[in-house]
Amino acid sequence: MSVPGRRTSAPPPGVQPVSPWRRQAVLGLLAAASLAVLGRAFYLQVLDREFLVTEGDKRHIRTVELIGHRGAILDRNGQPLALSAPVDSLWAVPSELLTPEAAPYREALAQLLERKPKDFEKFLKAQGEKKFVYLLKNQNPEVVARLLKIKAPGVFAERGYSRYYPAGEVVGQVVGFCGTEGHGLEGLEKAHDTMLEGEKGFRRVIRSRDGRIVEDGGSEKAARAGADLQLTLDLRLQYLAYRELAAAVERNKASGGMIVVADVQTGDILAVAAQPAYNPNNPEDRKVGLRNRAITDRLEPGSTIKPLMVAQALETGTYTASSLIDTGNGELAVGPWTVHDVHAEGVVDLAKLLAKSSNVGAAIMGLKMGPEALWTGYQNFGIGEPIQLGFPGEVTGTLRMPQKWRQSDTAAAAYGYGVSMSALHLVRAYAGLANGGLMPQLSLLKRDHLPPPRRAISASSADQVLAMMRGVVSIDGTAIKAAVPGYSVAGKTGTVRKLKTSGGYEDRRHWSAFVGVLPAQSPRLVGLVFVDEPTAGQYYGGKVAAPVFSAVMGGAARLLQIPQDQPVDAAAPQTVSLPPSAATLEPRA
Amino acid sequence: MNTGTAFTPTPRTPASWSERLQRLHIDLWLLSLLVSIGVVGLVTLYSASGHSLDALLAQLQRLLLGFFVMAALAQVPPDYYRAAAPWFYGAACVLLSLVLVLGDHAKGAQRWLDLGVIRFQPSEMMKLGMPMMVAAWLHGRPLPPSWRVVLITLAIIGFPAVMVMLQPDLGTALLIIVSGGFALYLGGLGWRWIFGALAAVAAAAPVLWYRLHDYQRQRVLTFLDPERDPLGTGYHITQSKIAIGSGGVFGKGWMNGTQAKLDFLPESHTDFIFAVYSEEMGMMGVILLLTLYTLVVGRGLFIALRGHDSFQRLLAGSLALTFFIYVFINMGMVMGLMPVVGVPLPLLSYGGTSAVTLLAGFGMLMSIHTHRKLLSS
Repeated sequence: MSVPGRRTSAPPPGVQPVSPWRRQAVLGLLAAASLAVLGRAFYLQVLDREFLVTEGDKRHIRTVELIGHRGAILDRNGQPLALSAPVDSLWAVPSELLTPEAAPYREALAQLLERKPKDFEKFLKAQGEKKFVYLLKNQNPEVVARLLKIKAPGVFAERGYSRYYPAGEVVGQVVGFCGTEGHGLEGLEKAHDTMLEGEKGFRRVIRSRDGRIVEDGGSEKAARAGADLQLTLDLRLQYLAYRELAAAVERNKASGGMIVVADVQTGDILAVAAQPAYNPNNPEDRKVGLRNRAITDRLEPGSTIKPLMVAQALETGTYTASSLIDTGNGELAVGPWTVHDVHAEGVVDLAKLLAKSSNVGAAIMGLKMGPEALWTGYQNFGIGEPIQLGFPGEVTGTLRMPQKWRQSDTAAAAYGYGVSMSALHLVRAYAGLANGGLMPQLSLLKRDHLPPPRRAISASSADQVLAMMRGVVSIDGTAIKAAVPGYSVAGKTGTVRKLKTSGGYEDRRHWSAFVGVLPAQSPRLVGLVFVDEPTAGQYYGGKVAAPVFSAVMGGAARLLQIPQDQPVDAAAPQTVSLPPSAATLEPRA
Repeated sequence: MNTGTAFTPTPRTPASWSERLQRLHIDLWLLSLLVSIGVVGLVTLYSASGHSLDALLAQLQRLLLGFFVMAALAQVPPDYYRAAAPWFYGAACVLLSLVLVLGDHAKGAQRWLDLGVIRFQPSEMMKLGMPMMVAAWLHGRPLPPSWRVVLITLAIIGFPAVMVMLQPDLGTALLIIVSGGFALYLGGLGWRWIFGALAAVAAAAPVLWYRLHDYQRQRVLTFLDPERDPLGTGYHITQSKIAIGSGGVFGKGWMNGTQAKLDFLPESHTDFIFAVYSEEMGMMGVILLLTLYTLVVGRGLFIALRGHDSFQRLLAGSLALTFFIYVFINMGMVMGLMPVVGVPLPLLSYGGTSAVTLLAGFGMLMSIHTHRKLLSS
């Protein structure tokens, strides 16, 4: 019971006073409560402020990574070979789409996604507690914008860049492709990834609870777009080369092939294609044909090496252009082996040796020169030295030291066996022959300044061999089908027996090859065609590879407006002096 | 906010203004303080609702209605209230029972009664009916009250409290008990009763715990340990603490609060508006607002002290103290001092009924004050 209090002021009549104790208790309660509130405010807003501010920032300040636009890959004329285009992906937080309130949105979304509402719901439920599920990946931003318009809860878009390869499989093996993370996985995309990629930037943004970006924060680092990569390729030539090679592979029921066109002076590779090919736009297609075989495959050149050997023979003075070689009955015993010609040619000069592609003749020359001289000649032509294109998986090839060569090795090396290289090595060496003995540095990337060419051989030796090689593309030669109307052509065929995996050589599996230059009188282009294992009957380089060379180089000459140096109707009869008897002979390997 | 202080009379010229208003039965002190708080509320609401002019106008309309009701009720002499108290209380009790039978469901609780013309919460009515009834019941009886009178008072308090609790609306039930309890306390309830009641509550706590609804239990647990479930039930309180804390001493400035604007703070313009206010106005703002509220309560207690009879004194005292409890519960809840109970911050929180009820209570306070003055003069 309370003690009745005294009031200082007179209470109104009939009113019991409230005791001072009671009043003070009330006031004490008020004061305590007010102090509690103030104390709490002090604690939160002064003492604990820093922590709470950090916590708050954690919730709404996000660092958004900005992806630098990946640089394009262009051909020498600026035609796009690889491009990055913005794409959007649609993603969802399944639990937010599964609330009863979201049902109409869910159905609308299912309809736009062309999925059955029931299936869509099941799909979402199957995601469990996941907070991130893609609904659509890498779509045209317009498509995604339309889906976002229905404003379904828990559905968001994500910006990305997708890589497109407008020329598809035509340059697939050169350009390569990028993985889902946007890094190059193959080809030039891989080799020049850092340069193409550019630099990532950061942006601090303020996000609301539902993930909308409300405000762009200040501190940021701008993304730097990647640099474009300009190639030496000419897309027009590339198309042509790709098409003709593919057709030849098909026509000859071959297992593959490769083709290269390059500028003999600059070393610019204008076209390089291989079969089988793949389309880099289609991830499903990225299983076979990934290799650019002209760059990454090791092969033996066979008869296509003979012009280099002949050039070295002239250079060393062992032979002259008018030297005669007796190939006898077309067989030559060297150690335990016997070298064969397809037909016995008897006595031949160097031009006829090349035109008929006599292995016996080549073996005799090689043996007479000796291993050191032959090795030196090949080495001067860059055999066994890297091409240095900067392309992933480049092959250097092997040229063994001459001290270890047995007689049979020397003889075989003279007609292109026991020596390995990539197709580009042949292209480079032929460019040297065609360019007055000056061998250019090959390149896939357009250069502002050309490195000085390397002298492989004297100009006179080179020019003499080149003149001899015109006989190959004549009525009397092995490769009349390589002729291009209106242009003089010099070249060499090859029908190369493939190595068995078990050692030794295959009898029936060949590379059918032709390497040549155009116009022979003042060379501009070097072309190489190798067809792998033709099985449709023909397998000689002059029958299988030469027609491809003719079609591609003829087209290239027109596209590049190379002046004609021959009457157009005189395509077949090139004027090279050959014994009349040779006219009836069949082309040889 | 400083805008409101323009209405505060300067000490030199109180006579003209207050006298003129006195004749209209309006207490200048209360009016200016309440208007100041109302303006603070509107300003804060505009920011908290994401610059919604619609919300601002709707709230302004409600406040104007509230002030109109206040002015109207101030015209009625206090004796009428005493006479009407049993009827008003009785009607509220009937409506409360009706709510349990017929009420609309909103967010899982039955609180609304749809009378066709208007939809309202009878529990709001009881917020006024309770102090009126207890004050009227104790009026004219010898105070301190005998134990029989106390028991009957407890029944008067208990019945509607249980009805509201069943809705379930724990916060309002608490406020109704508090408003009746204050009247009883001021009436001279013995200390033995008070300590006995506290002991009883403590003893009943475990039992009550199991009678609580699941969400109510969650709220208590969350209060005890907000980090228990930071994304679920603890989310409200963690976010509001972050908002208040990031305000610092001087605040981020009006409309610069981020937590509410970015939807991180739930109920940012209703029950948790104090968090938005604290973030934008800082501790200085908190002190200012608390001062305004305390002045209102002080003025109310002053009126109570000068009440003409027991009814007036008890009613005025109860209304003033209940108002303070409102403020304290809301601020305490938003600051994480007590569990989350759905009590709006008077005149700041968006929402109509409570503002009108509160202002109606101040109308009665003004009536008590001004009619006494007129009689004595």
